[in-house]
Amino acid sequence: MTQTSTSDVTPDTAETQPTGTEPTETVMETVVNIGPSHPSTHGVCRVVVHLDGEVITHCEPIIGHLHRGIEKMAENRTYLQVVPLTDRLDYVGSMYANWAYCRAVERLAGIRVPERAEYIRVIVCELQRIASHMMGIGSTGADTGAFTAFMYTFAQREKVVELFELLCGARLTYNYVRPGGVSRDLPDGWVEQCRAFTAQHPSAMLEIDDLLLGNVIARARLKGVGVLTQVDAVAWGTSGPIARGSGVDWDLRRDDPYSVYPRFDFSVPLGDNGDSYDRARVRVWECVESCRIINQALDQLEPGSVQAEGLPRLLAPRPGDAYDHIESARGSLGVYLVSDGSPRLYRMKVRSPAFCNLAVLPLLAKGHTLSDLVVILGSLDPVFGEVDR
Amino acid sequence: MQGAADHIVLAAFVIIGILFVPLTLTASRLLAPSKPDERKLDTYECGSEPIGPPWVQFRIGYYVYALLFVVFDIETVFLYPWAVAFDHLGLFILVEMVIFIAILAAGLAYAWKEGALRWR
Amino acid sequence: MTLLWGFLWGVASVATIAGGAILGVWWERKVSARIQMRYGPQQIGPYGSLQMIADVPKLLFKEDIVPDLADKAVFKLAPLFVFGPVATSMVVIPFAAGWAPVDMSVGILFFLAVPSIEVIAILLSAWASHNTLSTIGGLRATAQMISYEIPRSLAVLSVVLLAGSLRPLDVLSAWQWWWAPLTFVGFVIYFIASIAEMNRGPFDIPEADSELVAGYFADYSGMRWASFMMAEYGSMIAASLFGAVVFFGGGWPLSGAAGVVLLVIKTVLIMTAVMWVKWTFPRPRQDQLMSFCWKVLTPLALLQLVIVGAVLPWL
Repeated sequence: MTQTSTSDVTPDTAETQPTGTEPTETVMETVVNIGPSHPSTHGVCRVVVHLDGEVITHCEPIIGHLHRGIEKMAENRTYLQVVPLTDRLDYVGSMYANWAYCRAVERLAGIRVPERAEYIRVIVCELQRIASHMMGIGSTGADTGAFTAFMYTFAQREKVVELFELLCGARLTYNYVRPGGVSRDLPDGWVEQCRAFTAQHPSAMLEIDDLLLGNVIARARLKGVGVLTQVDAVAWGTSGPIARGSGVDWDLRRDDPYSVYPRFDFSVPLGDNGDSYDRARVRVWECVESCRIINQALDQLEPGSVQAEGLPRLLAPRPGDAYDHIESARGSLGVYLVSDGSPRLYRMKVRSPAFCNLAVLPLLAKGHTLSDLVVILGSLDPVFGEVDR
Repeated sequence: MQGAADHIVLAAFVIIGILFVPLTLTASRLLAPSKPDERKLDTYECGSEPIGPPWVQFRIGYYVYALLFVVFDIETVFLYPWAVAFDHLGLFILVEMVIFIAILAAGLAYAWKEGALRWR
Repeated sequence: MTLLWGFLWGVASVATIAGGAILGVWWERKVSARIQMRYGPQQIGPYGSLQMIADVPKLLFKEDIVPDLADKAVFKLAPLFVFGPVATSMVVIPFAAGWAPVDMSVGILFFLAVPSIEVIAILLSAWASHNTLSTIGGLRATAQMISYEIPRSLAVLSVVLLAGSLRPLDVLSAWQWWWAPLTFVGFVIYFIASIAEMNRGPFDIPEADSELVAGYFADYSGMRWASFMMAEYGSMIAASLFGAVVFFGGGWPLSGAAGVVLLVIKTVLIMTAVMWVKWTFPRPRQDQLMSFCWKVLTPLALLQLVIVGAVLPWL
């Protein structure tokens, strides 16, 4: 209850002296909880913040409030039954977890996925990247108090979610990518609707960029706040927009090509300074690049089957293990599977990008104010379903 | 102020302005439920148990602004009578006032240069 | 007789502020909804205009929670002094030529000075809450509200200089159309400083919902919480009214009842601008806000004053 520590100027004398009579050097350190029930922790994270005045001397994210034991739950299910569980990992980007898991299963069982299914996977995952980044950019706005920008990005996200709803009936947890392909083919008129979206989205993106990141106050709030150096970004194992915002030129879609990505022409946006502004900016441009990829994929899309032929109802791969990773909206999302030859999964381990990205929070927040903490946390864009699993 | 009548109106305003809140609170007390329990009466700190008391010696990074405020508030108070009596005072007082403002502006510039306006 | 008259005025004014606050909430919901591509309230009454009728009982029925650790007497008393000063400050605002609730010779100074008492109430409520977030919010509020008083007073001073009087009725009767362009910078300073004074977005740093959750009133509920909100809307109404009178000549160019209507329209326009700003801009950081006050607004307000003072002898 009374765990107030003092600043390290005179640690010994301060503890014996009552509050109020201390010398001025030993200002009491304030400890405050941000979260779990807080508007800008993006889920249920608790950050214990040690403050000297309003300046953060130390902060520590305490995770696990959303731990559901998904990796353990997977051990009692058949390979197909695990797919809905992976939806619940990163609930802002369910398609990614579906896909990463399915790729690991396909590698484990040696399944060949039809080409059309691969194209559909790329399309839905790039749409998912847009939807997820819309959330990330919008919450940057909400964290800095520009709630209107949040509503604008959510209007764009809504369009993606509607496309997904047409595709599989769900708006958040899609269960769409399945081992061997996808659950069903694109419905009639979907391609046209998707094209209409990708035609309109880049201009909407420019508008949002102008509204939020072009604003002079937002720039003052984001620039130079939470600087992650390129060296630290690599050392701490960050990936995705956080690493790329620091100038780490690493994108699995290009550097460890999977699926049909080598057939597309796209660029990987990079930041210069590694601050919150660059991370937000990288997300904005990734959305535009995603639109390019989707357009190319829609052009190359050929009719055909969307499910691998002759797949048994109950998958039972030979004993062994497999790992595969994809580039999710948050970074490299990896899934490691172990099979013991039975129809049930023996072990699943998820390499969660949000978890690794969150780890740099104490590093970035130190020396900044409480107001900056929420901006930094927002710029890391963690999703706690994936952090806690 | 024109007379006693205005004072009474003013007093009535003050009384009603202050009484308005207790009145609504009384209405609320009659209407609202009251089922306090331990968790409800906890201090709000984002759903966690508060760590340590907030009533500690707190480093206020902006106390310098309070000092600046005192200086500039007095300046403003000085300027008001001048503004009211401007017509009768003429150019000489205007020049004097500009000098007065300039001295204060110089003071602000000095505080700025010394880093008093830099937070904490 | 005068006592009765005074109380009637008092009741009418407080009812105006309370009603105005409720209407202001509805108007803000509509304005913010339009800015954010939403509809806003639309179910209760035409265009959701009766939404407020539903809102007030809701607040009345809320449980009044006083945290165990709080300094209970201060915690309970503080909201009284949040709303009172705002309501009192309204007393000097002239609605038409020769017609103000109280004709005070130092009315303008009164209007600028009295709401400042709110700072003390906010600091008391913050400290009494026994809550770290509230404490930080209260300290931020104090620094912000006392700092922005300076440019606000200096901006109004330009008009006082032109009118040569601190009596609001004199200012209103002396008002000339060319004062508006001459003191426009002053109005902008007054507008920005007033937003900071009333702790509204984008300068709602003391209550910053995404940082301090609600700042100094985080632990308040029900009607006690509502008194903070009413004070916020009340000061928005008061500041907009005062701004319309001082910088835009009240009912000018109309007079009588038509003038009052025009004054209300001007007030609503300024209020809408306050909302527009809130729903457009992100929130600056505390240090950025303070340096903006001292490095931009205060010198600018002094410059405005000097310009008006230099122009005046030749007019």
